[in-house]
Amino acid sequence: MRPFTYERARTPAEAAAAAKRHAGAKFVAGGTNLLDLMKLEIETPTHLIDVNGLGLDTLETTPEGGLRIGALVRNTDLAADARVRRDYGVLARALLAGASGQLRNMATTAGNLLQRTRCPYFYDTNMPCNKRVPGDGCAAIGGFTRQHAVIGASDACIATHPSDMAVALRVLDATVETIGPDGATRRIPLADFHRLPGDQPQVETALAAGELITAVTLPRPVGGAHFYRKVRDRASFAFALVSVAAIVQRDGSGRVALGGVAHKPWRVEAAESEMTKGARAVVARLLAGAKPTTENAFKLKLVERVLAAVLAEAKGARG
Amino acid sequence: MAGTAAVAVTSLTMISQAQPNANPAPAAALMKIAFTVNGTPRALEIDPRTTLLDALREELHLTGTKKGCDHGQCGACTVLVGGRRINSCLTLAVMQQGAEITTIEGLGTPEQLHPLQAAFVRCDGYQCGYCTPGQICSAVAMLSEVQAGIPSHVTADLNAPAAWSEAEVRERMSGNLCRCGAYSNIFEAIQTFAGKRP
Repeated sequence: MRPFTYERARTPAEAAAAAKRHAGAKFVAGGTNLLDLMKLEIETPTHLIDVNGLGLDTLETTPEGGLRIGALVRNTDLAADARVRRDYGVLARALLAGASGQLRNMATTAGNLLQRTRCPYFYDTNMPCNKRVPGDGCAAIGGFTRQHAVIGASDACIATHPSDMAVALRVLDATVETIGPDGATRRIPLADFHRLPGDQPQVETALAAGELITAVTLPRPVGGAHFYRKVRDRASFAFALVSVAAIVQRDGSGRVALGGVAHKPWRVEAAESEMTKGARAVVARLLAGAKPTTENAFKLKLVERVLAAVLAEAKGARG
Repeated sequence: MAGTAAVAVTSLTMISQAQPNANPAPAAALMKIAFTVNGTPRALEIDPRTTLLDALREELHLTGTKKGCDHGQCGACTVLVGGRRINSCLTLAVMQQGAEITTIEGLGTPEQLHPLQAAFVRCDGYQCGYCTPGQICSAVAMLSEVQAGIPSHVTADLNAPAAWSEAEVRERMSGNLCRCGAYSNIFEAIQTFAGKRP
Protein backbone atom coordinates (compact mmCIF):
# COMPACT_ATOMS: atom_id res chain seq x y z
CA MET A 1 0.00 0.00 0.00
CA ARG A 2 1.30 3.46 -0.92
CA PRO A 3 1.74 5.94 1.94
CA PHE A 4 -1.06 8.42 2.59
CA THR A 5 -2.10 10.98 5.16
CA TYR A 6 -5.35 10.52 7.05
CA GLU A 7 -7.97 12.78 8.58
CA ARG A 8 -11.40 12.37 10.14
CA ALA A 9 -13.97 14.80 8.77
CA ARG A 10 -16.62 16.18 11.15
CA THR A 11 -19.23 17.54 8.72
CA PRO A 12 -20.16 16.72 5.09
CA ALA A 13 -19.12 20.23 3.98
CA GLU A 14 -15.78 19.84 5.74
CA ALA A 15 -15.22 16.47 4.04
CA ALA A 16 -16.00 17.83 0.59
CA ALA A 17 -13.77 20.88 1.16
CA ALA A 18 -10.91 18.63 2.32
CA ALA A 19 -11.23 16.57 -0.86
CA LYS A 20 -10.89 19.73 -2.93
CA ARG A 21 -7.76 20.76 -0.98
CA HIS A 22 -5.97 17.43 -1.56
CA ALA A 23 -5.74 16.54 -5.26
CA GLY A 24 -5.14 12.83 -4.58
CA ALA A 25 -7.73 12.46 -1.81
CA LYS A 26 -10.38 9.77 -1.47
CA PHE A 27 -13.25 9.43 0.97
CA VAL A 28 -13.29 6.21 2.99
CA ALA A 29 -16.38 4.82 4.73
CA GLY A 30 -16.76 1.03 4.95
CA GLY A 31 -13.43 0.58 3.18
CA THR A 32 -14.34 -2.87 1.86
CA ASN A 33 -13.62 -2.01 -1.77
CA LEU A 34 -11.15 0.88 -1.41
CA LEU A 35 -8.74 -0.88 0.97
CA ASP A 36 -8.83 -4.03 -1.17
CA LEU A 37 -7.78 -1.92 -4.18
CA MET A 38 -5.22 0.09 -2.19
CA LYS A 39 -3.45 -3.10 -1.14
CA LEU A 40 -3.14 -4.00 -4.82
CA GLU A 41 -2.02 -0.42 -5.60
CA ILE A 42 -4.86 -0.08 -8.08
CA GLU A 43 -6.13 2.78 -5.94
CA THR A 44 -3.30 5.04 -4.74
CA PRO A 45 -4.82 7.94 -2.80
CA THR A 46 -2.30 10.27 -1.15
CA HIS A 47 -4.85 11.40 1.43
CA LEU A 48 -7.80 9.58 3.04
CA ILE A 49 -10.78 11.45 4.44
CA ASP A 50 -12.64 9.22 6.90
CA VAL A 51 -16.34 10.12 6.62
CA ASN A 52 -17.60 7.60 9.19
CA GLY A 53 -18.11 10.34 11.79
CA LEU A 54 -20.48 12.45 9.68
CA GLY A 55 -23.63 10.96 11.18
CA LEU A 56 -25.24 10.23 7.79
CA ASP A 57 -26.42 6.90 9.16
CA THR A 58 -30.17 7.23 9.60
CA LEU A 59 -33.25 6.24 7.61
CA GLU A 60 -36.14 8.69 7.59
CA THR A 61 -39.52 8.87 5.91
CA THR A 62 -39.72 11.81 3.49
CA PRO A 63 -42.64 14.31 3.40
CA GLU A 64 -43.71 12.64 0.09
CA GLY A 65 -43.99 9.27 1.82
CA GLY A 66 -40.71 7.96 0.43
CA LEU A 67 -37.53 7.00 2.27
CA ARG A 68 -34.31 8.94 2.71
CA ILE A 69 -31.35 6.63 3.25
CA GLY A 70 -28.25 8.22 4.81
CA ALA A 71 -25.06 7.65 2.82
CA LEU A 72 -23.46 5.81 5.75
CA VAL A 73 -26.32 3.38 6.46
CA ARG A 74 -24.67 -0.05 6.39
CA ASN A 75 -25.96 -2.65 3.93
CA THR A 76 -27.05 -4.95 6.80
CA ASP A 77 -29.07 -2.20 8.49
CA LEU A 78 -30.70 -1.10 5.24
CA ALA A 79 -31.77 -4.66 4.39
CA ALA A 80 -33.09 -5.20 7.92
CA ASP A 81 -35.15 -2.00 8.15
CA ALA A 82 -38.86 -2.84 8.50
CA ARG A 83 -39.92 -0.19 5.93
CA VAL A 84 -37.43 -1.49 3.36
CA ARG A 85 -38.55 -5.08 3.90
CA ARG A 86 -42.25 -4.17 3.65
CA ASP A 87 -42.29 -1.48 0.93
CA TYR A 88 -39.04 -1.90 -1.03
CA GLY A 89 -38.54 -5.67 -0.97
CA VAL A 90 -36.49 -5.62 -4.17
CA LEU A 91 -33.90 -3.52 -2.33
CA ALA A 92 -33.74 -5.79 0.72
CA ARG A 93 -33.43 -8.83 -1.55
CA ALA A 94 -30.68 -7.26 -3.65
CA LEU A 95 -28.66 -6.27 -0.58
CA LEU A 96 -28.96 -9.73 0.95
CA ALA A 97 -27.87 -11.33 -2.34
CA GLY A 98 -24.57 -9.44 -2.21
CA ALA A 99 -21.27 -10.07 -0.44
CA SER A 100 -21.08 -11.75 3.01
CA GLY A 101 -22.47 -10.96 6.47
CA GLN A 102 -19.16 -9.39 7.50
CA LEU A 103 -18.93 -7.20 4.40
CA ARG A 104 -22.56 -6.08 4.61
CA ASN A 105 -21.91 -4.96 8.19
CA MET A 106 -19.18 -2.63 6.93
CA ALA A 107 -20.30 -1.60 3.43
CA THR A 108 -22.29 1.64 3.16
CA THR A 109 -25.05 2.79 0.83
CA ALA A 110 -22.85 5.40 -0.89
CA GLY A 111 -19.83 3.12 -1.04
CA ASN A 112 -21.88 0.35 -2.64
CA LEU A 113 -22.85 2.75 -5.45
CA LEU A 114 -19.18 3.68 -5.94
CA GLN A 115 -17.82 0.13 -6.16
CA ARG A 116 -15.26 -0.41 -8.90
CA THR A 117 -15.67 -3.22 -11.41
CA ARG A 118 -14.55 -6.77 -10.59
CA CYS A 119 -13.18 -7.25 -14.13
CA PRO A 120 -10.17 -9.56 -13.58
CA TYR A 121 -8.10 -7.51 -16.04
CA PHE A 122 -8.76 -4.37 -13.96
CA TYR A 123 -7.52 -6.27 -10.90
CA ASP A 124 -4.39 -7.65 -12.63
CA THR A 125 -1.85 -4.83 -12.71
CA ASN A 126 0.27 -6.77 -15.22
CA MET A 127 -2.50 -6.30 -17.80
CA PRO A 128 -3.39 -3.14 -19.71
CA CYS A 129 -6.61 -1.51 -18.50
CA ASN A 130 -8.09 1.82 -19.58
CA LYS A 131 -9.78 2.22 -16.23
CA ARG A 132 -6.52 1.94 -14.29
CA VAL A 133 -4.32 3.76 -16.79
CA PRO A 134 -6.35 5.77 -19.35
CA GLY A 135 -5.06 5.06 -22.85
CA ASP A 136 -3.36 1.83 -21.74
CA GLY A 137 -5.66 -0.44 -23.77
CA CYS A 138 -8.07 -3.19 -22.68
CA ALA A 139 -6.86 -6.73 -22.12
CA ALA A 140 -10.41 -7.96 -21.58
CA ILE A 141 -11.32 -7.30 -25.22
CA GLY A 142 -10.20 -10.45 -26.96
CA GLY A 143 -9.51 -12.04 -23.58
CA PHE A 144 -11.65 -14.30 -21.41
CA THR A 145 -14.99 -12.49 -21.40
CA ARG A 146 -17.51 -14.80 -19.76
CA GLN A 147 -18.23 -12.23 -17.00
CA HIS A 148 -18.21 -9.11 -19.16
CA ALA A 149 -20.76 -6.67 -20.55
CA VAL A 150 -23.08 -7.66 -23.37
CA ILE A 151 -24.54 -4.19 -23.97
CA GLY A 152 -23.46 -0.55 -23.73
CA ALA A 153 -19.74 -1.41 -23.84
CA SER A 154 -17.13 0.42 -25.92
CA ASP A 155 -13.84 -0.21 -27.72
CA ALA A 156 -12.13 1.02 -24.54
CA CYS A 157 -13.89 -1.08 -21.89
CA ILE A 158 -16.27 -4.03 -21.54
CA ALA A 159 -16.42 -4.15 -17.73
CA THR A 160 -19.65 -4.54 -15.76
CA HIS A 161 -20.83 -2.76 -12.63
CA PRO A 162 -20.74 -5.25 -9.73
CA SER A 163 -23.43 -3.85 -7.41
CA ASP A 164 -26.68 -5.68 -6.66
CA MET A 165 -28.04 -2.79 -4.57
CA ALA A 166 -27.69 -0.31 -7.44
CA VAL A 167 -29.83 -2.49 -9.72
CA ALA A 168 -32.66 -2.43 -7.18
CA LEU A 169 -32.26 1.33 -6.68
CA ARG A 170 -32.51 1.80 -10.46
CA VAL A 171 -35.80 -0.07 -10.62
CA LEU A 172 -37.04 1.99 -7.65
CA ASP A 173 -36.22 5.33 -9.37
CA ALA A 174 -33.86 6.38 -6.57
CA THR A 175 -32.15 9.78 -6.42
CA VAL A 176 -28.61 10.44 -5.15
CA GLU A 177 -28.10 13.55 -2.98
CA THR A 178 -24.66 15.15 -2.86
CA ILE A 179 -22.73 18.09 -1.46
CA GLY A 180 -19.90 19.75 -3.37
CA PRO A 181 -16.67 21.32 -2.09
CA ASP A 182 -18.30 24.77 -2.34
CA GLY A 183 -21.16 23.59 -0.12
CA ALA A 184 -23.71 23.40 -2.96
CA THR A 185 -26.06 20.40 -2.89
CA ARG A 186 -27.66 18.65 -5.85
CA ARG A 187 -29.86 15.66 -6.65
CA ILE A 188 -28.86 13.17 -9.34
CA PRO A 189 -31.39 10.58 -10.60
CA LEU A 190 -29.79 7.14 -10.32
CA ALA A 191 -30.45 6.71 -14.06
CA ASP A 192 -27.89 9.47 -14.68
CA PHE A 193 -25.49 8.60 -11.85
CA HIS A 194 -23.51 5.75 -13.44
CA ARG A 195 -21.94 6.27 -16.87
CA LEU A 196 -21.34 4.00 -19.83
CA PRO A 197 -17.62 3.54 -20.53
CA GLY A 198 -17.37 5.36 -23.88
CA ASP A 199 -13.81 6.57 -24.42
CA GLN A 200 -13.39 7.51 -20.74
CA PRO A 201 -14.03 4.29 -18.78
CA GLN A 202 -12.09 5.69 -15.82
CA VAL A 203 -14.95 8.17 -15.26
CA GLU A 204 -17.63 5.95 -13.75
CA THR A 205 -20.14 8.35 -12.21
CA ALA A 206 -21.57 11.84 -12.59
CA LEU A 207 -19.80 12.99 -9.39
CA ALA A 208 -17.45 15.96 -9.69
CA ALA A 209 -14.08 16.09 -7.91
CA GLY A 210 -14.62 16.33 -4.17
CA GLU A 211 -18.39 15.80 -4.41
CA LEU A 212 -19.69 13.70 -1.52
CA ILE A 213 -22.84 11.55 -1.50
CA THR A 214 -24.96 12.44 1.54
CA ALA A 215 -28.09 10.31 0.96
CA VAL A 216 -30.12 8.23 -1.45
CA THR A 217 -33.85 8.90 -1.58
CA LEU A 218 -36.62 6.58 -2.71
CA PRO A 219 -40.01 7.80 -3.98
CA ARG A 220 -43.13 6.62 -2.19
CA PRO A 221 -43.70 2.86 -2.50
CA VAL A 222 -45.24 1.63 -5.77
CA GLY A 223 -46.64 -1.64 -4.36
CA GLY A 224 -46.57 -4.78 -6.51
CA ALA A 225 -44.58 -7.97 -6.04
CA HIS A 226 -40.84 -7.41 -5.65
CA PHE A 227 -38.15 -9.73 -7.03
CA TYR A 228 -34.37 -9.80 -7.12
CA ARG A 229 -33.19 -12.95 -8.86
CA LYS A 230 -29.41 -13.37 -9.07
CA VAL A 231 -27.60 -16.08 -11.02
CA ARG A 232 -23.98 -16.76 -10.08
CA ASP A 233 -21.34 -19.48 -10.09
CA ARG A 234 -21.81 -20.23 -6.35
CA ALA A 235 -25.02 -20.23 -4.33
CA SER A 236 -23.66 -17.48 -2.08
CA PHE A 237 -20.92 -14.84 -1.79
CA ALA A 238 -20.27 -14.37 -5.53
CA PHE A 239 -20.89 -11.62 -8.06
CA ALA A 240 -23.75 -11.93 -10.53
CA LEU A 241 -23.44 -13.42 -13.98
CA VAL A 242 -26.83 -11.80 -14.50
CA SER A 243 -29.41 -10.47 -12.10
CA VAL A 244 -32.99 -9.33 -12.60
CA ALA A 245 -34.66 -6.74 -10.36
CA ALA A 246 -38.38 -6.53 -11.02
CA ILE A 247 -41.58 -5.08 -9.60
CA VAL A 248 -44.72 -6.68 -11.03
CA GLN A 249 -48.19 -5.23 -10.48
CA ARG A 250 -51.45 -7.20 -10.27
CA ASP A 251 -52.33 -6.36 -13.88
CA GLY A 252 -49.00 -7.77 -15.07
CA SER A 253 -47.43 -4.39 -15.77
CA GLY A 254 -44.20 -3.52 -14.05
CA ARG A 255 -40.56 -2.52 -14.13
CA VAL A 256 -37.34 -4.41 -14.68
CA ALA A 257 -33.61 -3.66 -14.42
CA LEU A 258 -30.62 -5.92 -14.99
CA GLY A 259 -27.27 -6.42 -13.28
CA GLY A 260 -24.19 -8.14 -14.67
CA VAL A 261 -24.81 -7.12 -18.28
CA ALA A 262 -23.45 -3.56 -18.56
CA HIS A 263 -21.21 -0.86 -17.10
CA LYS A 264 -24.23 0.40 -15.14
CA PRO A 265 -27.52 -1.02 -13.85
CA TRP A 266 -29.39 -1.64 -17.11
CA ARG A 267 -32.95 -0.43 -17.51
CA VAL A 268 -34.85 0.61 -20.64
CA GLU A 269 -38.21 2.06 -19.57
CA ALA A 270 -39.69 1.65 -23.09
CA ALA A 271 -39.22 -2.14 -22.83
CA GLU A 272 -41.56 -2.24 -19.83
CA SER A 273 -44.61 -1.61 -22.05
CA GLU A 274 -44.09 -5.24 -23.14
CA MET A 275 -44.32 -6.68 -19.61
CA THR A 276 -47.77 -8.23 -20.13
CA LYS A 277 -46.55 -9.93 -23.34
CA GLY A 278 -43.90 -11.97 -21.56
CA ALA A 279 -40.16 -12.17 -21.02
CA ARG A 280 -39.17 -12.64 -24.65
CA ALA A 281 -40.92 -9.45 -25.75
CA VAL A 282 -39.42 -7.44 -22.87
CA VAL A 283 -35.88 -8.73 -23.38
CA ALA A 284 -36.06 -8.13 -27.15
CA ARG A 285 -36.32 -4.40 -26.42
CA LEU A 286 -34.35 -4.32 -23.17
CA LEU A 287 -31.28 -5.87 -24.76
CA ALA A 288 -31.79 -4.60 -28.33
CA GLY A 289 -28.39 -3.85 -29.85
CA ALA A 290 -26.53 -6.20 -27.47
CA LYS A 291 -23.08 -7.20 -28.70
CA PRO A 292 -22.08 -10.28 -26.72
CA THR A 293 -18.93 -12.31 -27.27
CA THR A 294 -19.07 -16.05 -27.93
CA GLU A 295 -18.17 -16.55 -24.24
CA ASN A 296 -20.92 -14.39 -22.75
CA ALA A 297 -23.73 -14.73 -25.32
CA PHE A 298 -25.37 -17.08 -22.81
CA LYS A 299 -26.27 -14.02 -20.73
CA LEU A 300 -28.95 -12.97 -23.24
CA LYS A 301 -30.80 -16.28 -22.98
CA LEU A 302 -30.20 -16.40 -19.22
CA VAL A 303 -31.75 -12.96 -18.72
CA GLU A 304 -34.82 -14.03 -20.68
CA ARG A 305 -35.18 -17.24 -18.68
CA VAL A 306 -34.72 -15.53 -15.33
CA LEU A 307 -37.28 -12.86 -16.22
CA ALA A 308 -39.66 -15.58 -17.45
CA ALA A 309 -39.30 -17.32 -14.07
CA VAL A 310 -39.96 -14.05 -12.24
CA LEU A 311 -43.07 -13.30 -14.33
CA ALA A 312 -44.36 -16.86 -13.82
CA GLU A 313 -43.86 -16.57 -10.07
CA ALA A 314 -45.62 -13.18 -10.02
CA LYS A 315 -48.53 -14.62 -11.98
CA GLY A 316 -48.73 -17.65 -9.70
CA ALA A 317 -48.80 -15.42 -6.65
CA ARG A 318 -51.67 -13.41 -8.13
CA GLY A 319 -53.63 -16.63 -8.69
CA MET B 1 13.28 -24.71 -17.68
CA ALA B 2 16.45 -22.81 -18.65
CA GLY B 3 14.30 -20.13 -20.19
CA THR B 4 12.23 -19.86 -17.05
CA ALA B 5 15.33 -19.52 -14.89
CA ALA B 6 16.71 -16.80 -17.16
CA VAL B 7 13.46 -14.90 -16.92
CA ALA B 8 13.45 -15.28 -13.16
CA VAL B 9 17.00 -13.94 -12.86
CA THR B 10 16.18 -11.02 -15.13
CA SER B 11 13.08 -10.21 -13.08
CA LEU B 12 15.03 -10.30 -9.84
CA THR B 13 17.65 -7.97 -11.28
CA MET B 14 14.96 -5.60 -12.42
CA ILE B 15 13.30 -5.63 -9.03
CA SER B 16 16.54 -4.95 -7.15
CA GLN B 17 17.36 -2.11 -9.54
CA ALA B 18 13.90 -0.69 -9.29
CA GLN B 19 13.70 -0.86 -5.51
CA PRO B 20 15.30 2.49 -4.58
CA ASN B 21 12.52 4.24 -6.51
CA ALA B 22 9.71 1.81 -5.77
CA ASN B 23 8.25 3.97 -2.99
CA PRO B 24 9.25 7.53 -3.79
CA ALA B 25 6.91 9.05 -1.20
CA PRO B 26 8.36 9.33 2.33
CA ALA B 27 7.06 6.94 4.95
CA ALA B 28 3.81 8.21 6.41
CA ALA B 29 3.96 9.90 9.80
CA LEU B 30 2.83 7.71 12.70
CA MET B 31 -0.60 8.35 14.18
CA LYS B 32 -1.91 7.87 17.70
CA ILE B 33 -4.91 5.61 18.11
CA ALA B 34 -6.80 4.24 21.11
CA PHE B 35 -9.41 1.52 21.28
CA THR B 36 -10.50 -1.29 23.56
CA VAL B 37 -9.56 -4.88 22.78
CA ASN B 38 -11.25 -7.63 24.78
CA GLY B 39 -12.12 -5.10 27.48
CA THR B 40 -8.60 -3.70 27.82
CA PRO B 41 -7.87 -0.11 26.68
CA ARG B 42 -5.02 -0.07 24.15
CA ALA B 43 -3.08 2.89 22.77
CA LEU B 44 -0.85 2.61 19.70
CA GLU B 45 1.28 4.84 17.53
CA ILE B 46 1.11 3.37 14.05
CA ASP B 47 1.51 3.91 10.32
CA PRO B 48 -1.96 4.85 8.99
CA ARG B 49 -1.64 2.01 6.46
CA THR B 50 -1.88 -0.58 9.25
CA THR B 51 -5.05 -2.63 9.01
CA LEU B 52 -6.91 -3.55 12.18
CA LEU B 53 -5.83 -7.14 11.49
CA ASP B 54 -2.13 -6.24 11.39
CA ALA B 55 -2.48 -4.01 14.47
CA LEU B 56 -4.00 -6.91 16.41
CA ARG B 57 -1.41 -9.44 15.29
CA GLU B 58 1.80 -7.47 14.88
CA GLU B 59 1.40 -4.66 17.45
CA LEU B 60 -0.75 -6.28 20.15
CA HIS B 61 0.47 -9.85 19.51
CA LEU B 62 -3.08 -11.21 19.53
CA THR B 63 -2.36 -13.85 16.93
CA GLY B 64 -5.60 -15.77 17.33
CA THR B 65 -7.07 -13.63 14.55
CA LYS B 66 -5.74 -15.08 11.31
CA LYS B 67 -4.65 -13.54 8.03
CA GLY B 68 -5.94 -15.65 5.16
CA CYS B 69 -6.53 -13.80 1.90
CA ASP B 70 -6.13 -10.25 3.30
CA HIS B 71 -8.85 -9.13 0.82
CA GLY B 72 -12.16 -9.85 2.57
CA GLN B 73 -12.78 -13.07 0.68
CA CYS B 74 -12.07 -15.77 3.29
CA GLY B 75 -13.29 -14.52 6.69
CA ALA B 76 -10.29 -15.87 8.67
CA CYS B 77 -9.73 -12.37 10.10
CA THR B 78 -13.30 -11.95 11.40
CA VAL B 79 -13.50 -10.00 14.69
CA LEU B 80 -16.34 -8.24 16.47
CA VAL B 81 -16.46 -4.45 16.57
CA GLY B 82 -19.22 -3.18 18.85
CA GLY B 83 -20.58 -6.74 18.76
CA ARG B 84 -20.83 -6.80 14.94
CA ARG B 85 -18.69 -9.14 12.84
CA ILE B 86 -16.37 -7.52 10.31
CA ASN B 87 -13.33 -8.46 8.22
CA SER B 88 -10.45 -6.90 10.18
CA CYS B 89 -8.29 -6.95 7.03
CA LEU B 90 -10.54 -4.40 5.30
CA THR B 91 -10.49 -1.64 7.89
CA LEU B 92 -7.63 0.55 9.01
CA ALA B 93 -6.69 0.61 12.68
CA VAL B 94 -6.91 4.43 12.58
CA MET B 95 -10.56 4.09 11.50
CA GLN B 96 -11.35 2.26 14.75
CA GLN B 97 -10.63 5.11 17.19
CA GLY B 98 -12.70 4.47 20.34
CA ALA B 99 -14.05 1.12 19.08
CA GLU B 100 -14.76 -1.89 21.29
CA ILE B 101 -13.10 -4.85 19.62
CA THR B 102 -13.50 -8.50 20.56
CA THR B 103 -11.17 -11.16 19.19
CA ILE B 104 -11.16 -14.92 19.71
CA GLU B 105 -8.92 -14.34 22.77
CA GLY B 106 -11.77 -12.32 24.30
CA LEU B 107 -14.39 -15.00 23.75
CA GLY B 108 -12.72 -17.86 25.57
CA THR B 109 -9.46 -19.15 27.03
CA PRO B 110 -7.88 -22.63 26.94
CA GLU B 111 -8.98 -23.04 30.57
CA GLN B 112 -12.45 -21.63 30.05
CA LEU B 113 -13.68 -22.22 26.53
CA HIS B 114 -16.55 -20.23 25.08
CA PRO B 115 -19.45 -22.72 24.71
CA LEU B 116 -19.17 -22.43 20.92
CA GLN B 117 -15.45 -23.27 21.14
CA ALA B 118 -16.38 -26.30 23.23
CA ALA B 119 -18.96 -27.29 20.61
CA PHE B 120 -16.32 -27.03 17.85
CA VAL B 121 -14.10 -29.39 19.84
CA ARG B 122 -16.94 -31.80 20.53
CA CYS B 123 -18.18 -31.79 16.92
CA ASP B 124 -14.69 -31.80 15.37
CA GLY B 125 -15.56 -28.59 13.50
CA TYR B 126 -12.16 -28.16 11.86
CA GLN B 127 -9.20 -29.95 10.42
CA CYS B 128 -6.16 -27.65 10.25
CA GLY B 129 -7.84 -25.04 12.48
CA TYR B 130 -6.66 -21.95 10.62
CA CYS B 131 -10.16 -20.67 9.79
CA THR B 132 -11.58 -21.64 13.20
CA PRO B 133 -11.14 -18.35 15.14
CA GLY B 134 -12.85 -16.52 12.29
CA GLN B 135 -15.59 -19.15 12.08
CA ILE B 136 -16.29 -18.86 15.81
CA CYS B 137 -16.28 -15.05 15.96
CA SER B 138 -18.47 -14.98 12.87
CA ALA B 139 -20.94 -17.55 14.20
CA VAL B 140 -21.33 -15.77 17.57
CA ALA B 141 -22.30 -12.55 15.78
CA MET B 142 -24.35 -14.42 13.18
CA LEU B 143 -26.55 -15.87 15.92
CA SER B 144 -27.05 -12.36 17.33
CA GLU B 145 -28.13 -11.24 13.85
CA VAL B 146 -30.70 -14.07 13.74
CA GLN B 147 -31.97 -13.06 17.19
CA ALA B 148 -32.22 -9.44 16.05
CA GLY B 149 -34.48 -10.59 13.21
CA ILE B 150 -32.10 -9.66 10.39
CA PRO B 151 -33.16 -11.59 7.26
CA SER B 152 -30.85 -13.48 4.89
CA HIS B 153 -30.80 -14.27 1.19
CA VAL B 154 -32.61 -17.58 1.84
CA THR B 155 -35.24 -16.20 4.26
CA ALA B 156 -38.56 -17.00 2.54
CA ASP B 157 -40.66 -14.17 4.01
CA LEU B 158 -38.91 -10.83 4.48
CA ASN B 159 -41.59 -9.72 6.94
CA ALA B 160 -41.37 -12.71 9.30
CA PRO B 161 -38.55 -13.98 11.50
CA ALA B 162 -36.23 -16.45 9.77
CA ALA B 163 -36.87 -20.09 10.66
CA TRP B 164 -33.83 -22.04 11.86
CA SER B 165 -32.52 -24.27 9.06
CA GLU B 166 -29.25 -25.61 7.76
CA ALA B 167 -29.73 -23.46 4.64
CA GLU B 168 -30.01 -20.32 6.81
CA VAL B 169 -26.83 -21.11 8.72
CA ARG B 170 -24.88 -22.01 5.59
CA GLU B 171 -25.99 -18.82 3.80
CA ARG B 172 -25.21 -16.61 6.80
CA MET B 173 -21.78 -18.23 7.25
CA SER B 174 -20.80 -18.04 3.54
CA GLY B 175 -18.24 -15.32 4.29
CA ASN B 176 -16.09 -17.85 6.18
CA LEU B 177 -14.27 -20.32 3.97
CA CYS B 178 -12.79 -23.60 5.25
CA ARG B 179 -10.30 -25.02 2.79
CA CYS B 180 -10.25 -28.32 4.66
CA GLY B 181 -13.97 -28.55 3.94
CA ALA B 182 -15.13 -29.14 7.52
CA TYR B 183 -18.44 -27.41 6.78
CA SER B 184 -20.75 -30.21 7.89
CA ASN B 185 -19.11 -30.37 11.32
CA ILE B 186 -18.94 -26.58 11.59
CA PHE B 187 -22.70 -26.55 11.05
CA GLU B 188 -23.12 -29.28 13.71
CA ALA B 189 -21.07 -27.24 16.19
CA ILE B 190 -23.09 -24.08 15.56
CA GLN B 191 -26.35 -25.98 15.84
CA THR B 192 -25.25 -27.67 19.05
CA PHE B 193 -24.34 -24.33 20.58
CA ALA B 194 -27.50 -22.58 19.37
CA GLY B 195 -29.70 -25.43 20.63
CA LYS B 196 -28.29 -24.95 24.13
CA ARG B 197 -29.34 -21.33 24.22
CA PRO B 198 -32.28 -20.53 26.51
